[in-house]
Amino acid sequence: MLSAQDMREAEAHGRSVKAVYVYEAPVRLWHWVNALAITVLAISGWFIASPLPSQPGEASENFLMGYIRFAHFSAGYVLLIGLLGRIYWAFVGNHHARQLFVLPIFNATWWKEVLFELRWYLFLERDPKKYVGHNPLAQLSMFTLFLTTTVFMIVTGFALYGEGTQEGSWAHTLFTSWVIPLFGQSQDVHTWHHVGLWVFLLFVLLHVYAALREDIMSRQSLVSTMLSGWRMFKDDKP
Amino acid sequence: MVETFYEVMRRQGITRRSFLKYCSLTAASLGLGPAFVPKIAHAMETKPRTPVLWLHGLECTCCSESFIRSGHPLAKDAVLSMISLDYDDTIMTAAGHQAEAILEEVMTKYKGNYILAVEGNPPLNQEGMSCIIGGKPFLEQLKHVAKDCKAIISWGSCASWGCVQAAKPNPTQATPVHKVIHDKPIIKVPGCPPIAEVMTGVITYMLTFDRLPELDRQGRPKMFYGQRIHDKCYRRPHFDAGQFAEAWDDEGSRKGYCLYKMGCKGPTTYNACSTVRWNGGVSFPIQSGHGCIGCSEDGFWDKGSFYDRVTDIQQFGVEANADQIGGATLGVVGAAVAAHAAVSAIKQSRSKQSDVNDKQG
Repeated sequence: MLSAQDMREAEAHGRSVKAVYVYEAPVRLWHWVNALAITVLAISGWFIASPLPSQPGEASENFLMGYIRFAHFSAGYVLLIGLLGRIYWAFVGNHHARQLFVLPIFNATWWKEVLFELRWYLFLERDPKKYVGHNPLAQLSMFTLFLTTTVFMIVTGFALYGEGTQEGSWAHTLFTSWVIPLFGQSQDVHTWHHVGLWVFLLFVLLHVYAALREDIMSRQSLVSTMLSGWRMFKDDKP
Repeated sequence: MVETFYEVMRRQGITRRSFLKYCSLTAASLGLGPAFVPKIAHAMETKPRTPVLWLHGLECTCCSESFIRSGHPLAKDAVLSMISLDYDDTIMTAAGHQAEAILEEVMTKYKGNYILAVEGNPPLNQEGMSCIIGGKPFLEQLKHVAKDCKAIISWGSCASWGCVQAAKPNPTQATPVHKVIHDKPIIKVPGCPPIAEVMTGVITYMLTFDRLPELDRQGRPKMFYGQRIHDKCYRRPHFDAGQFAEAWDDEGSRKGYCLYKMGCKGPTTYNACSTVRWNGGVSFPIQSGHGCIGCSEDGFWDKGSFYDRVTDIQQFGVEANADQIGGATLGVVGAAVAAHAAVSAIKQSRSKQSDVNDKQG
């Protein structure tokens, strides 16, 4: 385990750990850019599915849906390029940068820690443990709720985008050409892309709540870590 | 001796001038340049007429009804001059044993060279008893005739996807052609019905170039099904401007605003309605003020209302749309989070209290 290993190293050197540099600058930048992109995507996506009231005047004087769709597609590109950059950083960054992408599902201790965290959230454990990176439960939900949803939204989103840019465009070749036949038709892709929005909202709700709660109740910093990169520990106990 | 197309046309009293006019019209309707006119003329002059066997399974004949209304080329030209429509139990004169005998004759005489057109689809349940042709289940006839054909054209949504008779719960297990015939090239021409000019256009293309039109991954000719209704809709500027009809009789409706909010399925439907239009280019549903219902898409009967863009999800055993499911889930989780936060706050204040007690004690 990351935390256990780090702690052991610290103990071996005979000192207590007060702060660890966890999130490198690119990871932090990606986090906030991503948060912004998802916010723009969620709002613009909502208004694509349920457009605003009709605009008065000449069609040629208005381009509201056009701008909303432009915002959606631009933010979609940011999400895609951001994820690609983040994957690159998983290779070249520190080992915490890989946590989002690799689940140690064959590690029994890790599952035990997941269970422990679950018990902590069910108020069955009095004291939480210390973690340098994500705690195992957080890592699990990051992977299942955030990463898979993001990939799903990028794949279905660019498949729908490729319908508009049509055959010959990169989005059509890379995504539309196989995603639409996989779902059967375009309408189901729209429907499931729409479901993805709700999964994202669910993730944001849980993510923000868990981060704030852990910031207050756990033994390490959470919110400030994503700003400064440093994980601060509140006590000296192991 | 098999006649060429040109010979047949001349025999019917068509002048060479009319013949060439017909060739240029056909080139235009296929979206080809003037250079292709002589090629089409040459093909018509030299190629023997291709026999077409047109089978009818579980269907409503709307494909045939559409086909006979083709304007460019005229259906009569397609049937009488271009192809040799040797079997079509709906419109042929022969009946009974005579009719069935033609099938066998063409199958042996033109082995591997005839085109099989299928309207409707075979039901598989009850050993195919829900559709009997000439005393035998349609499935048998279909498999028998498909054995030696050159290619299959699946007319309409029935043959292509299953359409209404395959809608849930599909009691007869009506099955699209490509799921029972696996060893022949199949061209899907979906629509309920397909556009007349699309039908004759596909046939003309196959005869002129002696090859299948280029198909997309789902087996539809790209030239007619490569774009969505939405991509070429004349109301698209209103969509981009954010101008929508909000009710069937409101001001937006009268002004011809976009029908997106009325559940128009143009953005998810691949067909040529907004370019080729219907009844010789007179109109199409959106032009008449009604949204597209997506009749050329797979499973269009099973996707909830014709007037909803966010459609029903049946995968979880419930019938609800994405917003209902998402909203309910978010509500439940939100309430759970709020409750959890409340308990956490109590716990936090208690543990602080006990910390203070520890220090004091």
